[in-house]
Amino acid sequence: MTANTLSAAPTRREFLKSAGTAGAVALTIGFEWVGAARRSLAAAVAPGAAATFTPNAFLQIGADNSVTVIAKHVEMGQGAYTGIATVVAEELDADWSLVRVESAPADVKRYANLAFGTIQGTGGSSAMANSWTQLREAGGKARAMLLAAAAKEWKVPVADLTVEEGTVYHAGKKLKATFGALVATAATLPVPETVQLKDPKDFKLIGRRAPRVDAAAKSDGTAQFTIDVALPGMLVALLQRPPLFGATVKTFDAAPAAAIPGVVKVVQVPGGVAVVAQSFWAAKQGRDALIIQWDDSKAEKRSTAQLLDEYRRLADQPAASARKEGDAAQAIKNSARKVSASYEFPYLAHAPMEPLDAVVKLTAERCEIWAGDQFQTIDQANAAHTAGLDPQQVSIHTLYAGGSFGRRANVGSDYIVEAVSIAKAYGADGTPIKLQWTREDDIRGGLYRPMYFHKLEAGLDDKGQLNGWRHVIVGQSIMAGGAFAGMIKDGVDPTSVEGASTIAYAIPNISVDLATTKTGVPVLWWRVVGSSHTTYAVEAFIDEVAHAAGQDGFTFRRKLLEHQPRMKAVLELAAEKAGWNTPLPPGKGRGIAVAEAFKTYVAQVAEVSVGKDGQVKVDRVVCAVDCGTPINPDIIAAQMEGGIGFGLGAALYGAITLKDGRIEQGNFNNYRVLRMNEMPKVEVHILPSTQPPTGVGEPGVAPLGPAVANAIFAATGKRNYVLPFPNA
Amino acid sequence: MTTSFVLNGNPTTLQADPTMPLLWAIREVAGLPGTKFGCGMALCGACTVHLDGKAIRSCVTPLSTVAGRKVTTIEGLVTTPAKAVQAAWVKLQVPQCGYCQSGQIMSATALLETNPAPSDADIDSAMSGNICRCATYTRIRAAIHAAADSIKV
Repeated sequence: MTANTLSAAPTRREFLKSAGTAGAVALTIGFEWVGAARRSLAAAVAPGAAATFTPNAFLQIGADNSVTVIAKHVEMGQGAYTGIATVVAEELDADWSLVRVESAPADVKRYANLAFGTIQGTGGSSAMANSWTQLREAGGKARAMLLAAAAKEWKVPVADLTVEEGTVYHAGKKLKATFGALVATAATLPVPETVQLKDPKDFKLIGRRAPRVDAAAKSDGTAQFTIDVALPGMLVALLQRPPLFGATVKTFDAAPAAAIPGVVKVVQVPGGVAVVAQSFWAAKQGRDALIIQWDDSKAEKRSTAQLLDEYRRLADQPAASARKEGDAAQAIKNSARKVSASYEFPYLAHAPMEPLDAVVKLTAERCEIWAGDQFQTIDQANAAHTAGLDPQQVSIHTLYAGGSFGRRANVGSDYIVEAVSIAKAYGADGTPIKLQWTREDDIRGGLYRPMYFHKLEAGLDDKGQLNGWRHVIVGQSIMAGGAFAGMIKDGVDPTSVEGASTIAYAIPNISVDLATTKTGVPVLWWRVVGSSHTTYAVEAFIDEVAHAAGQDGFTFRRKLLEHQPRMKAVLELAAEKAGWNTPLPPGKGRGIAVAEAFKTYVAQVAEVSVGKDGQVKVDRVVCAVDCGTPINPDIIAAQMEGGIGFGLGAALYGAITLKDGRIEQGNFNNYRVLRMNEMPKVEVHILPSTQPPTGVGEPGVAPLGPAVANAIFAATGKRNYVLPFPNA
Repeated sequence: MTTSFVLNGNPTTLQADPTMPLLWAIREVAGLPGTKFGCGMALCGACTVHLDGKAIRSCVTPLSTVAGRKVTTIEGLVTTPAKAVQAAWVKLQVPQCGYCQSGQIMSATALLETNPAPSDADIDSAMSGNICRCATYTRIRAAIHAAADSIKV
């Protein structure tokens, strides 16, 4: 095991001492995955394995004092592994330097996401929120058993014992024992039904900047991603997918591909034609050489402009109601001052840095999958269905995911099903096959954040009070037709309207309506899901309404949030830290926006410079966040920083467009994302809280676009109604 | 066909198509997976390695180009600036998903090898070819400054 790659790993006390300073934090904890030889959880926890104490599904303690936390969530950058380990180690009073993390197998009985019900998966910024109590109890019960073991061995009352950094002490008798020395006895004791959890004031790890468990391996090239899996005899496959969504293979000529040295086999699968080769390069050359005739009779052939025309028309027709209080139409009609605006949002690709990939080893009896897997039990079921096996015959090794932003969490398990179907067509002979997507495959592969059209109207009375608000949203449903379709109620997919139907401002008359469209373009949740567009519409429009009322955007919002203490608090903190009322030189502007997403509250103030050519440079973003109990302030800050950069890239450049059904973008040259020189300075302020923790992976994205748009307005007097910003 | 070059200080001969991009030769033939595939068009920098000490994009560099030359990958970083960069990456907790970070570290190391005290503008210029979708850019910038400070003579 290589848990501690630095010889002088500090004790937890040293870490805690150094964590708040600029002193070197040398603590590194390795996540170890040793390829095909990775021991299965079942083997590790087999009964009679006296060297290991496995009090529950989330924890193993070895006689060597090692503490292995089993993570049911994928680590895709959001810091889940570190957060999960922190919560378990806190209640266990473990020696943090001996804690490591392993990924859980697919097993819905033990590892369901409690926010999803009967699905094991990661999404909706739910990892810490759904695991909080579960993991605290897992750590606390194990601690209680270790204490009981010491009490039994020493024949003393439990009440006389203390625990610190993985060691149990009896002060009076001057006895001590490490966890490892107690595992054999602890393993024979019953698991307590209940456990007293710590008082938050006694937290020693939670709320501190525990170093990420994956930082060292991700700084020396040793972190294991799916693309790095190398199994004996493994082949590499590239799949040629149809150029139009909905097209299918009519005929193909495999001969030119098969003639490429290194190409082993060309196989047709439901998703297209795959070239299986001894190397990526051979597979790529083979795929380039394929000659395929496509049947595009059922394909989507429209262009973005046509879709937008249809969406605009639908915005004026009756739609499903997502929220209705009072009579918004009448209130606006009777108002002294009316404001209206419409907003256009494009399709967006997730474009994680690691292009999608999966390794599959398939036989007649078993299917073994390696992937940066985000929906383990959905992927397991889909893989089983594709392979003609039972889900129990499919095992999944969840590896580090090189980004996802929602892409790897899809109910059709697209890239997993492709890989299994290729392994099946290849012969299901146990040959490991790695399906590798290229960047072009990724950008043109669909499952985009849907395109949306929003139309808003508001009415102000003669005192400048907002008394009516109408919001119509037009776009595709993400949940329709899939495993989450049951969440669609009365024609409203909550992921289409969240952030708009949940608007926190006190408005007496309000209506939020949804028109759900259908196109041939597959869609999916994209970081912060509905709020990736609704927050822009709401927060850009409320700014326009405030301006029409002759009021400052911050003051106007604050008055409407009198009964929303957490929302109001982040708004006020961001404004205060940003120096909201301090003047800026000409050509610069400051804008504010606030959002709630996944029960986390975020406000951001953006400062922009706009050049004479209209070029926008975001200089600084001040962010205030309330995510309940802050488990790891440094990871919270990192997620806000990252969310801001992710949101800014989308606001400035992000757009997937169709021309006669073809995606016009293909790589980072024409699907631009944010780069180093465009990244603003970011300051993150976290509100202290003892509420249960909520997620931080996504919410930081939501207010960024409108904060920047409102800053551009402050600098130039021009509003942006079209995303991405035309002048970027 | 074989191509001979020095890989991470070791004389190496690879048997591979000489038109194969260096990226895939390093990863799949030499078995060093730290260098990553991100775009295949020198647009993202995930594949950055050093060729005779300069940062290059291995995804568009044919294997034949490196014959007789010195290639360094993330696995072969040994210099003082390189170690300072890696230590700063851990200290400032730069990585999130981590996939692009080998390339980021290779670009940052090449920068510090020639410019031991880079300005923000120098960092922009050297690092803007390396995309990070997690947008760890503020920490990358801070870590480069921290690494530079740590090796200041």
